Amino acid sequence: MNLDARIPDGPIQDKWDTRKFQLKLVNPANKRKYRIIVVGSGLAGASAAASLAELGYAVDCFCYQDSPRRAHSIAAQGGINAAKNYRNDGDSIWRLFYDTVKGGDFRAREANVYRLAQCSVNIIDQAVAQGVPFARDYSGLLDNRSFGGAQVSRTFYARGQTGQQLLLGAYAALSRQIGLGTVTMYNRSEMLDLVKVDGHAKGVVVRDLVSGEVRSHAADAVIIATGGYGNVFYLSTNAKGCNVTAAWRAHKQGAGFANPCYTQIHPTCIPVSGDHQSKLTLMSESLRNDGRVWVSKKQGDKRLAHEIPNDERDYYLERKYPSFGNLAPRDIASRAAKEVCDDGRGIGDTGLGVYLDFRDSIERLGEPAIKARYGNLFHMYQKITAENPYKQPMRIFPAVHYTMGGLWVDYDLQSTIPGMFVCGEANFSDHGANRLGASALMQGLCDGYFVVPYTIGGYLAGQRPGAVDTNHPEFRKVEQEVEDRTKRLLAVKGKRTVDDFHRLLGKTMWDGCGMARNKAGLEQAIRDIPVMREEFWQDVKVLGSAETMNQSLEKAGRVADFLEFGELMCRDALAREESCGGHFREEHEIEGEAKRDDENFAHAAVWEHTGEIHNSIRHQEELVFDNVKLAVRSYK
Amino acid sequence: MKVKLHIWRQSKKSTRKDFKQDGKMVCYEVDHVSPDMSFLEMLDVLNEDLIRSGEEPVAFDHDCREGICGSCGVMIDGVAHGPEKGTTTCQLHMRSFQDGAEIYIEPWRASAFPVIRDLVVDRAAFDRVVQSGAYISVNTGAPQDANAIPIPKPDADKAFDAATCIGCGACVASCKNASAMLFVGAKISHFAHLPQGKVEREQRARNLVEQMDEEGFGNCTNQYECEAVCPKEIPIRVIADMNREFLRAKAKEE
Repeated sequence: MNLDARIPDGPIQDKWDTRKFQLKLVNPANKRKYRIIVVGSGLAGASAAASLAELGYAVDCFCYQDSPRRAHSIAAQGGINAAKNYRNDGDSIWRLFYDTVKGGDFRAREANVYRLAQCSVNIIDQAVAQGVPFARDYSGLLDNRSFGGAQVSRTFYARGQTGQQLLLGAYAALSRQIGLGTVTMYNRSEMLDLVKVDGHAKGVVVRDLVSGEVRSHAADAVIIATGGYGNVFYLSTNAKGCNVTAAWRAHKQGAGFANPCYTQIHPTCIPVSGDHQSKLTLMSESLRNDGRVWVSKKQGDKRLAHEIPNDERDYYLERKYPSFGNLAPRDIASRAAKEVCDDGRGIGDTGLGVYLDFRDSIERLGEPAIKARYGNLFHMYQKITAENPYKQPMRIFPAVHYTMGGLWVDYDLQSTIPGMFVCGEANFSDHGANRLGASALMQGLCDGYFVVPYTIGGYLAGQRPGAVDTNHPEFRKVEQEVEDRTKRLLAVKGKRTVDDFHRLLGKTMWDGCGMARNKAGLEQAIRDIPVMREEFWQDVKVLGSAETMNQSLEKAGRVADFLEFGELMCRDALAREESCGGHFREEHEIEGEAKRDDENFAHAAVWEHTGEIHNSIRHQEELVFDNVKLAVRSYK
Repeated sequence: MKVKLHIWRQSKKSTRKDFKQDGKMVCYEVDHVSPDMSFLEMLDVLNEDLIRSGEEPVAFDHDCREGICGSCGVMIDGVAHGPEKGTTTCQLHMRSFQDGAEIYIEPWRASAFPVIRDLVVDRAAFDRVVQSGAYISVNTGAPQDANAIPIPKPDADKAFDAATCIGCGACVASCKNASAMLFVGAKISHFAHLPQGKVEREQRARNLVEQMDEEGFGNCTNQYECEAVCPKEIPIRVIADMNREFLRAKAKEE
């Protein structure tokens, strides 16, 4: 497997300019002869599809939702980082770059992160020009707030729905191109496989989720922007439909999958209330700007929050990390919550929760100020829990939120399959082992607006446009495989529902490969998952037919892929004998903090599929740190 | 808790005007409901029961389950998104219902939103309205610095209030005329309050209104049902904004 990241030479500040100059160009008159498939319509997919169409390419875009506006980027609450330094508080591209590399626990590729920080400023300009209504202060200028893992205020936000506003901006740009006829949009269409011709990605096979028809689409290049795989845990803050299928199918066709074990557990989610729970709801990290996290100093304390006096409260983040306090990065805040709960000091009936308390801020700033900042989040919390967070502290607990691992890409965002590019959460490149808050929106839009529209031209310039169409036998073959698989799912006619299996897999993953991992637990999960997979194919019950809308069938296909992917994730976690960022191995710690092993693990682990998951080969891309000194990541 | 549900079941996409022949209401009982469940989690329980008993589950649209993607939405006892104000179906909880309640669940009804299956409808008409001009024509890479044009906070706030629309379609479903004016008004109002949106304002107002009519949405007769059910509580003033922008555009045309 060729893992040459093809990073341009020269100082890090000049690398992106160097590459842009090196890339071959496609003549404007020839651009319309090239067709590009974009799978996914979230921030990365929509921004890529729109930008490519603006350049003149013919674009086909696919999403499984009924409208591109519904992709799960929409749910991001807190904000988007950019090194604008509008606050005059010492921010710079270099500082955003440094914070992101450090926040990722020194497991990201320096050159990519630097480009991300450079492009961050353009994203805000672009979004404002599209009419994205970011928060402003009374001068009419843009407002900022601070976020976890940073000591400057560089986060732009739109109340508690920054994701929706940015996605609506990208969706509007995409809609403009659809209206102009340069993008053909396929709603309710799910990619079920990739088609390669002579080793190059030349198309996809999709299922129309309304008619059930399986169809081929050919193109000169394919962009995968299908998000993360957090739903392997069943319960996560992802949307119900989020899945690994597109990425996993591409992996099985030869794309390297990097660092699948890097998953982010977000510290501030609403705790689980019962077995019926279908998903978890995030409470934006921005709440930690004004909320203080605490539990009782006493174990098993059953008193109500207001009955516990100040000196009997343990504000454990402020105590352990005095310089960052409640704004400690996500992985650290999550583990600290687990630690106090493991110590028997968790709150609520389950003991799996901690308080996020606004009492002091309300005293200091008044209820109206807090309401202006977080009103919609408080409202949402109250709707879900029937508790009033202005009067009693919120109860929160960590939950699966984001996945830093993904398909391996080089500096140009091209995977190990030529012609297949990967953008946004679906790739692995920029966040290392832990993503900082407000960086996902930044990365998705950076990839889609400012990186892939350039780099894909470099690939296309070497390809003859329209060289392959869907009459090529390879399309027939893949279509047949997809149809056979669908028929097999319907033919099992067993006794257990798809959700039964998904819940079981989720529990196995959470227990074995969750917030803290160890050898025995991972080995157990690696034994259990193949058994579960076998049972699935013998006992799953999917009703209805393949020729109509069939939501159980859609789910079954996705869970079948999670049942394969989960095993690879555990194998990756087992092989990484260190702790870094979101990957915490209990065997590797110093006083409860992650202990990295830079000598042996300063690399991205990239898996190659060879037929059976247990035979997958682990390759390495060594990470070189020329600009940031490898150091113990301290937020004390 | 125990609830008795009457749910619209339909196996094929609607093709005729008289929808009553396309499907029927079917009664189900669900008996292990917790008050902490969301309405959709209650439907999940029903569906798991149905699959086990060999009956095809009820199809319904849903995705984020946190009230922002706009996928979900059904008529609950004749009210779009059910009894709680400012709440999507996914954020409605069973504690809003009595134990033993009898609940009627139907899809959005509008000729511009044909039913695809059970509770799933086709809302592509909304996308086509947006494609007709609900955007600012700026190519990637073209803009100036984000702080180059200050926008007075009250204007920015008004734009934001309109921009919170999640495109769920409750406004259309609740209107006796199946009018989409709250949706279209929100799009127009969002851009009308921003300096960046002013360049294309006439064209935008004309195109959106024209496309809205072409899709078969009805007119507004000031019943305010849309505002009452909107999960994002978008104010009816956006329809006034739309009318003003449209009239202004027409006047300039003469």
